[in-house]
Amino acid sequence: MSNVPSNLKYAASHEWVLKNADGSVTIGITDHAQEALGDLVFVELPEVGAHYAAEKEIAVVESVKAAADVYAPIAGTVTEVNQAAADAPESVNADAYAAWLFKMTPDNMADVDALLDAAAYQAVADAA
Amino acid sequence: MLKKTVLNAAHRALGARMVDFGGWDMPVNYGSQIEEHHAVRRDCGMFDVSHMCPVDLVGADCRPFLSRLVANDVAKLTVSGKALYSAMLNEDGGVIDDLIIYFLTDARFRIVVNAGTAEKDLAWMQTKAAEWKMDVTITQRRDGDNALGMIAVQGPNARAKVWQVLPQAKAATESLKPFFAAEVDQYFIASTGYTGEDGYEIMLPAGEAESLWNALKEAGVAPCGLGARDTLRLEAGMNLYGQDMDETVSPLDAGLAWTVAMKDERDFVGRAALAANGQQKQFLGLILLDKGVLRGHQKVITQHGEGEITSGSFSPTLQQSIALARLPLGVAVGDEVQVDIRGKLLKAKVTKPVFARNGKVVQ
Repeated sequence: MSNVPSNLKYAASHEWVLKNADGSVTIGITDHAQEALGDLVFVELPEVGAHYAAEKEIAVVESVKAAADVYAPIAGTVTEVNQAAADAPESVNADAYAAWLFKMTPDNMADVDALLDAAAYQAVADAA
Repeated sequence: MLKKTVLNAAHRALGARMVDFGGWDMPVNYGSQIEEHHAVRRDCGMFDVSHMCPVDLVGADCRPFLSRLVANDVAKLTVSGKALYSAMLNEDGGVIDDLIIYFLTDARFRIVVNAGTAEKDLAWMQTKAAEWKMDVTITQRRDGDNALGMIAVQGPNARAKVWQVLPQAKAATESLKPFFAAEVDQYFIASTGYTGEDGYEIMLPAGEAESLWNALKEAGVAPCGLGARDTLRLEAGMNLYGQDMDETVSPLDAGLAWTVAMKDERDFVGRAALAANGQQKQFLGLILLDKGVLRGHQKVITQHGEGEITSGSFSPTLQQSIALARLPLGVAVGDEVQVDIRGKLLKAKVTKPVFARNGKVVQ
Protein backbone atom coordinates (compact mmCIF):
# COMPACT_ATOMS: atom_id res chain seq x y z
CA MET A 1 0.00 0.00 0.00
CA SER A 2 1.37 3.37 -0.89
CA ASN A 3 2.05 6.06 1.65
CA VAL A 4 0.04 9.32 1.43
CA PRO A 5 1.13 11.78 4.17
CA SER A 6 -1.71 13.95 5.40
CA ASN A 7 0.37 17.15 5.69
CA LEU A 8 0.84 17.42 1.92
CA LYS A 9 -1.30 18.52 -1.01
CA TYR A 10 -1.47 16.49 -4.21
CA ALA A 11 -2.10 16.72 -7.93
CA ALA A 12 -4.06 13.99 -9.70
CA SER A 13 -1.00 13.61 -11.96
CA HIS A 14 0.83 12.13 -8.91
CA GLU A 15 2.90 15.04 -7.61
CA TRP A 16 3.03 16.05 -3.94
CA VAL A 17 3.31 19.68 -2.78
CA LEU A 18 4.58 20.92 0.59
CA LYS A 19 4.00 24.53 1.65
CA ASN A 20 7.12 26.09 3.15
CA ALA A 21 7.22 28.93 5.67
CA ASP A 22 9.04 31.22 3.21
CA GLY A 23 6.17 31.17 0.71
CA SER A 24 7.77 28.60 -1.59
CA VAL A 25 6.50 25.07 -2.17
CA THR A 26 8.51 21.84 -2.44
CA ILE A 27 7.40 19.33 -5.08
CA GLY A 28 8.10 15.67 -5.73
CA ILE A 29 6.39 12.55 -7.05
CA THR A 30 4.22 10.42 -4.81
CA ASP A 31 5.02 7.04 -3.36
CA HIS A 32 2.28 5.61 -5.53
CA ALA A 33 3.98 7.07 -8.63
CA GLN A 34 7.44 5.71 -7.79
CA GLU A 35 5.96 2.30 -7.06
CA ALA A 36 4.09 2.23 -10.36
CA LEU A 37 7.18 3.27 -12.30
CA GLY A 38 9.57 0.83 -10.64
CA ASP A 39 13.32 1.35 -10.30
CA LEU A 40 14.11 4.93 -11.33
CA VAL A 41 17.29 5.42 -13.34
CA PHE A 42 17.05 9.00 -14.63
CA VAL A 43 15.62 12.30 -13.43
CA GLU A 44 15.58 15.44 -15.58
CA LEU A 45 14.99 18.60 -13.54
CA PRO A 46 13.69 22.00 -14.68
CA GLU A 47 15.85 25.12 -14.86
CA VAL A 48 15.91 27.48 -11.91
CA GLY A 49 14.17 30.71 -12.84
CA ALA A 50 11.89 29.18 -15.44
CA HIS A 51 8.16 29.88 -15.19
CA TYR A 52 5.59 27.15 -15.80
CA ALA A 53 1.84 27.20 -16.21
CA ALA A 54 -0.14 24.68 -14.17
CA GLU A 55 -0.28 21.17 -15.67
CA LYS A 56 2.72 21.81 -17.98
CA GLU A 57 5.47 19.19 -18.28
CA ILE A 58 8.20 20.41 -15.96
CA ALA A 59 10.45 17.40 -15.29
CA VAL A 60 10.91 13.79 -16.40
CA VAL A 61 11.44 10.66 -14.36
CA GLU A 62 12.47 7.46 -16.10
CA SER A 63 12.50 3.95 -14.74
CA VAL A 64 13.98 0.90 -16.41
CA LYS A 65 10.47 0.36 -17.71
CA ALA A 66 9.27 3.73 -18.95
CA ALA A 67 9.60 7.51 -19.06
CA ALA A 68 7.01 9.61 -17.24
CA ASP A 69 6.43 13.34 -17.33
CA VAL A 70 6.18 15.29 -14.10
CA TYR A 71 3.68 18.16 -14.34
CA ALA A 72 3.74 21.52 -12.59
CA PRO A 73 0.95 21.12 -10.00
CA ILE A 74 0.46 24.89 -9.93
CA ALA A 75 1.61 27.89 -11.97
CA GLY A 76 4.84 29.37 -10.68
CA THR A 77 8.57 29.94 -10.96
CA VAL A 78 11.23 27.33 -10.18
CA THR A 79 13.48 28.55 -7.37
CA GLU A 80 15.59 25.48 -6.58
CA VAL A 81 16.18 21.93 -7.85
CA ASN A 82 17.33 18.86 -5.93
CA GLN A 83 20.46 17.77 -7.80
CA ALA A 84 20.90 14.93 -5.29
CA ALA A 85 17.74 13.29 -6.66
CA ALA A 86 19.07 13.56 -10.23
CA ASP A 87 22.42 12.11 -9.15
CA ALA A 88 20.75 9.20 -7.32
CA PRO A 89 17.33 8.51 -8.91
CA GLU A 90 16.95 5.44 -6.68
CA SER A 91 16.59 7.80 -3.71
CA VAL A 92 13.11 8.63 -5.05
CA ASN A 93 12.20 4.93 -4.83
CA ALA A 94 13.62 4.73 -1.33
CA ASP A 95 11.60 7.70 -0.02
CA ALA A 96 9.55 9.69 -2.49
CA TYR A 97 8.72 12.34 0.11
CA ALA A 98 12.32 12.90 1.22
CA ALA A 99 13.72 12.96 -2.33
CA TRP A 100 11.99 16.14 -3.51
CA LEU A 101 12.57 17.26 -7.10
CA PHE A 102 12.21 21.07 -7.17
CA LYS A 103 10.82 24.13 -5.38
CA MET A 104 8.57 26.79 -6.86
CA THR A 105 7.18 30.16 -5.90
CA PRO A 106 3.49 29.89 -6.77
CA ASP A 107 1.89 32.69 -8.78
CA ASN A 108 -1.06 32.38 -6.46
CA MET A 109 -0.95 30.55 -3.13
CA ALA A 110 -4.66 29.84 -3.41
CA ASP A 111 -3.82 27.42 -6.25
CA VAL A 112 -1.94 25.28 -3.72
CA ASP A 113 -4.86 25.24 -1.32
CA ALA A 114 -7.12 24.10 -4.16
CA LEU A 115 -5.05 20.94 -4.78
CA LEU A 116 -6.20 17.52 -3.55
CA ASP A 117 -5.86 16.62 0.09
CA ALA A 118 -4.50 13.23 1.17
CA ALA A 119 -7.91 11.51 1.22
CA ALA A 120 -8.84 12.79 -2.24
CA TYR A 121 -5.45 11.76 -3.67
CA GLN A 122 -5.69 8.32 -2.05
CA ALA A 123 -8.95 7.84 -3.96
CA VAL A 124 -7.18 8.82 -7.21
CA ALA A 125 -4.31 6.42 -6.51
CA ASP A 126 -6.67 3.57 -5.62
CA ALA A 127 -8.54 4.04 -8.88
CA ALA A 128 -5.36 4.04 -10.97
CA MET B 1 -10.70 -10.40 -19.90
CA LEU B 2 -6.96 -11.03 -19.58
CA LYS B 3 -5.65 -14.54 -20.07
CA LYS B 4 -3.85 -16.12 -17.12
CA THR B 5 -1.06 -18.65 -16.99
CA VAL B 6 -1.26 -21.56 -14.60
CA LEU B 7 1.14 -19.65 -12.30
CA ASN B 8 -1.05 -16.54 -11.96
CA ALA B 9 -2.00 -17.23 -8.34
CA ALA B 10 1.64 -17.93 -7.46
CA HIS B 11 2.68 -14.53 -8.85
CA ARG B 12 -0.01 -12.76 -6.87
CA ALA B 13 0.96 -14.62 -3.70
CA LEU B 14 4.51 -13.31 -4.18
CA GLY B 15 3.20 -9.73 -4.43
CA ALA B 16 4.02 -9.33 -8.11
CA ARG B 17 3.11 -6.14 -9.93
CA MET B 18 0.94 -7.50 -12.74
CA VAL B 19 0.53 -5.90 -16.18
CA ASP B 20 -1.40 -6.55 -19.36
CA PHE B 21 1.22 -8.07 -21.64
CA GLY B 22 -0.40 -8.65 -25.04
CA GLY B 23 -3.64 -9.78 -23.44
CA TRP B 24 -1.93 -11.82 -20.70
CA ASP B 25 -1.96 -10.91 -17.02
CA MET B 26 1.77 -11.23 -16.32
CA PRO B 27 4.22 -10.18 -13.58
CA VAL B 28 6.42 -7.22 -14.56
CA ASN B 29 8.37 -7.46 -11.30
CA TYR B 30 8.09 -8.77 -7.75
CA GLY B 31 9.65 -5.66 -6.20
CA SER B 32 12.80 -4.43 -7.92
CA GLN B 33 13.36 -5.13 -11.61
CA ILE B 34 17.04 -4.23 -11.26
CA GLU B 35 17.56 -6.71 -8.40
CA GLU B 36 15.86 -9.42 -10.47
CA HIS B 37 18.12 -8.58 -13.40
CA HIS B 38 21.24 -8.89 -11.24
CA ALA B 39 19.99 -12.17 -9.76
CA VAL B 40 20.03 -13.71 -13.24
CA ARG B 41 23.46 -12.32 -14.20
CA ARG B 42 25.04 -13.26 -10.86
CA ASP B 43 23.14 -16.23 -9.45
CA CYS B 44 19.83 -17.65 -10.64
CA GLY B 45 16.36 -16.38 -11.49
CA MET B 46 13.19 -17.88 -12.94
CA PHE B 47 10.51 -16.60 -15.28
CA ASP B 48 7.01 -17.81 -15.98
CA VAL B 49 6.92 -18.09 -19.77
CA SER B 50 3.80 -20.23 -19.93
CA HIS B 51 2.17 -17.55 -22.12
CA MET B 52 4.47 -18.67 -24.92
CA CYS B 53 3.02 -21.41 -27.09
CA PRO B 54 4.58 -24.83 -27.68
CA VAL B 55 3.45 -26.35 -30.98
CA ASP B 56 3.97 -30.04 -31.71
CA LEU B 57 4.48 -31.28 -35.26
CA VAL B 58 3.94 -34.96 -35.93
CA GLY B 59 4.05 -36.76 -39.26
CA ALA B 60 6.24 -38.06 -42.04
CA ASP B 61 6.62 -34.64 -43.69
CA CYS B 62 7.90 -32.63 -40.71
CA ARG B 63 11.23 -31.94 -42.35
CA PRO B 64 10.09 -30.97 -45.84
CA PHE B 65 7.36 -28.84 -44.24
CA LEU B 66 9.74 -26.93 -41.96
CA SER B 67 12.27 -26.64 -44.75
CA ARG B 68 9.79 -24.53 -46.74
CA LEU B 69 8.16 -22.84 -43.75
CA VAL B 70 11.10 -21.09 -42.06
CA ALA B 71 14.12 -19.04 -43.14
CA ASN B 72 16.73 -21.06 -41.28
CA ASP B 73 17.45 -24.57 -42.57
CA VAL B 74 16.25 -27.54 -40.53
CA ALA B 75 18.84 -29.63 -42.39
CA LYS B 76 21.19 -28.25 -39.71
CA LEU B 77 19.24 -30.37 -37.19
CA THR B 78 21.00 -33.73 -37.41
CA VAL B 79 21.19 -34.79 -33.75
CA SER B 80 18.05 -35.57 -31.77
CA GLY B 81 17.33 -32.83 -29.23
CA LYS B 82 19.09 -30.08 -31.21
CA ALA B 83 17.34 -26.71 -31.36
CA LEU B 84 17.33 -24.09 -34.13
CA TYR B 85 16.36 -20.42 -33.90
CA SER B 86 14.60 -19.10 -36.99
CA ALA B 87 12.32 -16.47 -38.41
CA MET B 88 9.09 -17.48 -40.15
CA LEU B 89 8.55 -15.09 -43.06
CA ASN B 90 5.66 -13.98 -45.20
CA GLU B 91 5.92 -13.83 -48.99
CA ASP B 92 7.18 -10.23 -48.77
CA GLY B 93 10.07 -11.36 -46.57
CA GLY B 94 8.59 -9.76 -43.42
CA VAL B 95 8.85 -11.60 -40.12
CA ILE B 96 5.61 -13.32 -39.04
CA ASP B 97 7.38 -14.53 -35.90
CA ASP B 98 10.68 -15.73 -34.53
CA LEU B 99 10.69 -19.16 -32.98
CA ILE B 100 12.74 -22.09 -31.75
CA ILE B 101 12.44 -25.49 -33.40
CA TYR B 102 13.45 -28.60 -31.43
CA PHE B 103 14.25 -31.73 -33.45
CA LEU B 104 13.17 -34.90 -31.65
CA THR B 105 12.74 -37.47 -34.45
CA ASP B 106 12.13 -37.11 -38.18
CA ALA B 107 8.43 -37.53 -37.45
CA ARG B 108 8.29 -35.32 -34.36
CA PHE B 109 9.40 -31.71 -33.83
CA ARG B 110 8.42 -29.13 -31.25
CA ILE B 111 8.28 -25.40 -31.97
CA VAL B 112 7.92 -22.63 -29.39
CA VAL B 113 6.36 -19.41 -30.69
CA ASN B 114 5.68 -16.03 -29.11
CA ALA B 115 2.60 -15.45 -26.96
CA GLY B 116 1.01 -12.63 -28.93
CA THR B 117 1.56 -14.24 -32.32
CA ALA B 118 0.55 -17.81 -31.50
CA GLU B 119 -2.87 -17.73 -33.12
CA LYS B 120 -1.74 -16.20 -36.41
CA ASP B 121 1.30 -18.52 -36.46
CA LEU B 122 -0.87 -21.61 -36.06
CA ALA B 123 -3.26 -20.44 -38.75
CA TRP B 124 -0.34 -19.76 -41.10
CA MET B 125 1.21 -23.18 -40.42
CA GLN B 126 -2.10 -24.97 -40.96
CA THR B 127 -2.71 -23.09 -44.20
CA LYS B 128 0.75 -23.88 -45.56
CA ALA B 129 0.57 -27.55 -44.53
CA ALA B 130 -2.71 -27.89 -46.43
CA GLU B 131 -1.50 -25.88 -49.44
CA TRP B 132 1.68 -28.00 -49.75
CA LYS B 133 -0.24 -31.22 -49.01
CA MET B 134 2.13 -32.15 -46.21
CA ASP B 135 1.64 -35.13 -43.92
CA VAL B 136 2.01 -33.18 -40.70
CA THR B 137 -0.30 -32.70 -37.73
CA ILE B 138 0.09 -29.37 -35.97
CA THR B 139 -1.06 -29.18 -32.35
CA GLN B 140 -0.79 -26.26 -29.96
CA ARG B 141 0.13 -27.23 -26.39
CA ARG B 142 -0.65 -24.01 -24.49
CA ASP B 143 -4.36 -24.40 -23.85
CA GLY B 144 -6.74 -27.25 -23.18
CA ASP B 145 -6.35 -30.76 -21.81
CA ASN B 146 -2.72 -31.34 -22.77
CA ALA B 147 -1.51 -27.84 -21.97
CA LEU B 148 2.10 -27.35 -20.93
CA GLY B 149 3.48 -24.82 -18.50
CA MET B 150 6.90 -23.31 -19.12
CA ILE B 151 9.43 -22.00 -16.61
CA ALA B 152 12.78 -20.50 -17.65
CA VAL B 153 15.49 -20.94 -15.02
CA GLN B 154 18.46 -18.76 -15.93
CA GLY B 155 21.80 -17.73 -14.46
CA PRO B 156 25.23 -19.15 -13.64
CA ASN B 157 23.73 -21.34 -10.90
CA ALA B 158 20.63 -22.37 -12.86
CA ARG B 159 21.75 -25.89 -13.70
CA ALA B 160 22.70 -26.69 -10.10
CA LYS B 161 19.38 -25.34 -8.81
CA VAL B 162 17.38 -27.36 -11.33
CA TRP B 163 19.25 -30.55 -10.45
CA GLN B 164 18.69 -29.88 -6.76
CA VAL B 165 14.94 -29.72 -7.38
CA LEU B 166 14.76 -32.34 -10.16
CA PRO B 167 17.57 -34.80 -9.35
CA GLN B 168 16.10 -37.29 -11.81
CA ALA B 169 16.89 -34.83 -14.62
CA LYS B 170 20.58 -34.50 -13.87
CA ALA B 171 21.89 -37.50 -15.83
CA ALA B 172 20.04 -36.52 -19.01
CA THR B 173 20.85 -32.80 -18.89
CA GLU B 174 24.35 -32.68 -17.39
CA SER B 175 26.10 -32.96 -20.74
CA LEU B 176 23.49 -30.94 -22.65
CA LYS B 177 25.30 -28.42 -24.85
CA PRO B 178 23.72 -24.99 -25.44
CA PHE B 179 20.63 -25.10 -27.65
CA PHE B 180 19.63 -28.71 -27.05
CA ALA B 181 16.68 -30.35 -25.32
CA ALA B 182 16.21 -33.59 -23.40
CA GLU B 183 12.97 -35.32 -22.44
CA VAL B 184 12.94 -36.73 -18.91
CA ASP B 185 9.65 -38.31 -17.85
CA GLN B 186 7.07 -35.58 -18.31
CA TYR B 187 9.69 -32.81 -18.42
CA PHE B 188 11.01 -31.27 -21.62
CA ILE B 189 14.23 -29.56 -20.55
CA ALA B 190 16.00 -27.29 -23.02
CA SER B 191 19.31 -25.46 -22.69
CA THR B 192 17.83 -22.40 -24.35
CA GLY B 193 16.92 -19.01 -22.97
CA TYR B 194 16.45 -15.32 -23.51
CA THR B 195 18.89 -13.76 -21.08
CA GLY B 196 22.42 -14.42 -22.34
CA GLU B 197 23.04 -16.68 -19.34
CA ASP B 198 23.31 -20.43 -18.92
CA GLY B 199 20.17 -22.21 -17.84
CA TYR B 200 17.16 -24.22 -18.86
CA GLU B 201 13.69 -23.68 -20.21
CA ILE B 202 11.48 -26.38 -18.73
CA MET B 203 8.15 -27.42 -20.23
CA LEU B 204 5.93 -29.67 -18.15
CA PRO B 205 2.24 -30.56 -17.74
CA ALA B 206 0.51 -27.32 -16.74
CA GLY B 207 -0.91 -28.87 -13.58
CA GLU B 208 2.59 -29.47 -12.23
CA ALA B 209 4.05 -26.07 -13.00
CA GLU B 210 3.13 -24.49 -9.69
CA SER B 211 4.80 -27.19 -7.59
CA LEU B 212 8.01 -26.88 -9.65
CA TRP B 213 7.85 -23.07 -9.32
CA ASN B 214 7.46 -23.34 -5.55
CA ALA B 215 10.24 -25.91 -5.23
CA LEU B 216 12.61 -23.67 -7.19
CA LYS B 217 11.59 -20.74 -4.98
CA GLU B 218 12.35 -22.87 -1.90
CA ALA B 219 15.76 -23.68 -3.40
CA GLY B 220 16.55 -19.96 -3.53
CA VAL B 221 15.79 -19.18 -7.17
CA ALA B 222 14.62 -15.57 -7.52
CA PRO B 223 11.24 -15.06 -9.21
CA CYS B 224 11.80 -12.54 -12.02
CA GLY B 225 9.24 -10.58 -14.02
CA LEU B 226 8.97 -9.59 -17.65
CA GLY B 227 10.73 -6.30 -16.84
CA ALA B 228 14.00 -8.04 -16.01
CA ARG B 229 13.47 -10.43 -18.89
CA ASP B 230 13.39 -7.43 -21.23
CA THR B 231 16.57 -5.75 -19.91
CA LEU B 232 18.40 -9.10 -19.87
CA ARG B 233 17.53 -9.91 -23.47
CA LEU B 234 18.35 -6.33 -24.52
CA GLU B 235 21.81 -6.58 -22.94
CA ALA B 236 22.27 -9.97 -24.61
CA GLY B 237 21.35 -8.40 -27.97
CA MET B 238 18.37 -10.66 -28.55
CA ASN B 239 15.50 -9.38 -30.67
CA LEU B 240 12.00 -8.90 -29.30
CA TYR B 241 9.24 -9.65 -31.76
CA GLY B 242 6.90 -6.71 -32.32
CA GLN B 243 9.59 -4.27 -31.27
CA ASP B 244 12.83 -5.09 -33.12
CA MET B 245 11.07 -6.73 -36.05
CA ASP B 246 7.58 -7.46 -37.34
CA GLU B 247 5.78 -8.34 -40.56
CA THR B 248 7.02 -5.16 -42.26
CA VAL B 249 10.70 -5.75 -41.44
CA SER B 250 13.12 -8.02 -43.27
CA PRO B 251 15.23 -10.30 -41.07
CA LEU B 252 18.24 -8.93 -42.98
CA ASP B 253 17.47 -5.46 -41.57
CA ALA B 254 16.83 -6.79 -38.05
CA GLY B 255 20.19 -8.39 -37.38
CA LEU B 256 18.90 -11.87 -38.21
CA ALA B 257 20.90 -12.54 -41.39
CA TRP B 258 22.76 -15.24 -39.44
CA THR B 259 19.49 -17.16 -39.17
CA VAL B 260 18.61 -16.93 -42.86
CA ALA B 261 20.07 -19.88 -44.78
CA MET B 262 20.35 -18.95 -48.46
CA LYS B 263 23.55 -20.73 -49.46
CA ASP B 264 21.88 -23.54 -51.38
CA GLU B 265 18.79 -23.52 -53.59
CA ARG B 266 16.28 -24.45 -50.85
CA ASP B 267 12.94 -22.80 -51.50
CA PHE B 268 11.34 -21.15 -48.45
CA VAL B 269 8.59 -18.60 -47.98
CA GLY B 270 10.00 -15.08 -48.33
CA ARG B 271 13.23 -16.10 -50.04
CA ALA B 272 12.46 -14.40 -53.35
CA ALA B 273 11.65 -11.12 -51.61
CA LEU B 274 14.83 -11.24 -49.53
CA ALA B 275 16.89 -11.94 -52.63
CA ALA B 276 15.22 -9.08 -54.52
CA ASN B 277 15.44 -6.48 -51.76
CA GLY B 278 18.75 -7.36 -50.13
CA GLN B 279 19.82 -5.63 -46.96
CA GLN B 280 18.59 -2.06 -46.58
CA LYS B 281 19.57 -1.23 -42.98
CA GLN B 282 21.93 -2.56 -40.36
CA PHE B 283 21.03 -3.61 -36.88
CA LEU B 284 23.50 -2.26 -34.33
CA GLY B 285 23.81 -1.32 -30.69
CA LEU B 286 23.99 2.12 -29.10
CA ILE B 287 25.41 3.24 -25.76
CA LEU B 288 24.22 6.65 -24.62
CA LEU B 289 27.18 8.88 -23.70
CA ASP B 290 25.05 11.69 -22.23
CA LYS B 291 22.62 11.28 -19.35
CA GLY B 292 19.16 9.97 -20.18
CA VAL B 293 17.46 6.80 -21.34
CA LEU B 294 17.23 5.48 -24.90
CA ARG B 295 13.77 4.15 -25.85
CA GLY B 296 12.14 2.49 -28.83
CA HIS B 297 11.12 4.81 -31.71
CA GLN B 298 13.64 7.54 -30.88
CA LYS B 299 15.28 8.99 -33.99
CA VAL B 300 19.01 8.45 -34.55
CA ILE B 301 20.91 11.03 -36.60
CA THR B 302 24.04 9.75 -38.33
CA GLN B 303 26.36 11.00 -41.10
CA HIS B 304 24.73 8.48 -43.39
CA GLY B 305 21.13 9.46 -42.72
CA GLU B 306 18.54 8.79 -40.07
CA GLY B 307 17.87 5.57 -38.21
CA GLU B 308 15.56 4.47 -35.44
CA ILE B 309 15.91 2.83 -32.06
CA THR B 310 13.87 -0.37 -31.90
CA SER B 311 14.48 -1.22 -28.20
CA GLY B 312 16.14 0.81 -25.50
CA SER B 313 16.40 0.93 -21.74
CA PHE B 314 18.81 1.36 -18.88
CA SER B 315 21.33 -1.45 -18.62
CA PRO B 316 21.69 -2.59 -14.99
CA THR B 317 24.95 -4.37 -15.88
CA LEU B 318 26.60 -1.47 -17.73
CA GLN B 319 24.91 1.21 -15.59
CA GLN B 320 24.31 3.17 -18.80
CA SER B 321 21.49 3.40 -21.25
CA ILE B 322 21.73 1.01 -24.19
CA ALA B 323 19.65 0.35 -27.29
CA LEU B 324 19.22 -1.75 -30.38
CA ALA B 325 18.73 0.33 -33.50
CA ARG B 326 18.12 0.05 -37.22
CA LEU B 327 20.71 2.34 -38.81
CA PRO B 328 21.63 3.33 -42.37
CA LEU B 329 24.22 1.26 -44.23
CA GLY B 330 27.61 2.93 -43.88
CA VAL B 331 27.37 3.55 -40.13
CA ALA B 332 30.21 1.69 -38.40
CA VAL B 333 30.84 0.37 -34.90
CA GLY B 334 32.64 3.12 -32.98
CA ASP B 335 30.87 6.00 -34.76
CA GLU B 336 29.37 8.74 -32.63
CA VAL B 337 25.74 9.54 -33.47
CA GLN B 338 22.98 11.68 -32.01
CA VAL B 339 19.68 10.54 -30.59
CA ASP B 340 16.65 12.82 -30.42
CA ILE B 341 15.26 12.49 -26.90
CA ARG B 342 12.30 14.81 -26.36
CA GLY B 343 13.78 17.34 -28.78
CA LYS B 344 17.29 17.28 -27.35
CA LEU B 345 20.12 15.75 -29.36
CA LEU B 346 22.18 13.50 -27.11
CA LYS B 347 25.44 11.72 -27.98
CA ALA B 348 25.61 7.96 -28.37
CA LYS B 349 28.27 5.51 -29.49
CA VAL B 350 27.57 2.80 -32.06
CA THR B 351 28.43 -0.71 -30.87
CA LYS B 352 27.91 -4.30 -31.88
CA PRO B 353 24.37 -5.33 -30.91
CA VAL B 354 25.37 -7.20 -27.75
CA PHE B 355 26.23 -5.67 -24.38
CA ALA B 356 26.43 -8.34 -21.68
CA ARG B 357 26.40 -12.12 -21.54
CA ASN B 358 27.49 -14.75 -19.04
CA GLY B 359 27.69 -12.23 -16.22
CA LYS B 360 30.12 -9.98 -18.07
CA VAL B 361 30.06 -6.79 -20.10
CA VAL B 362 30.70 -7.58 -23.77
CA GLN B 363 31.89 -4.42 -25.48
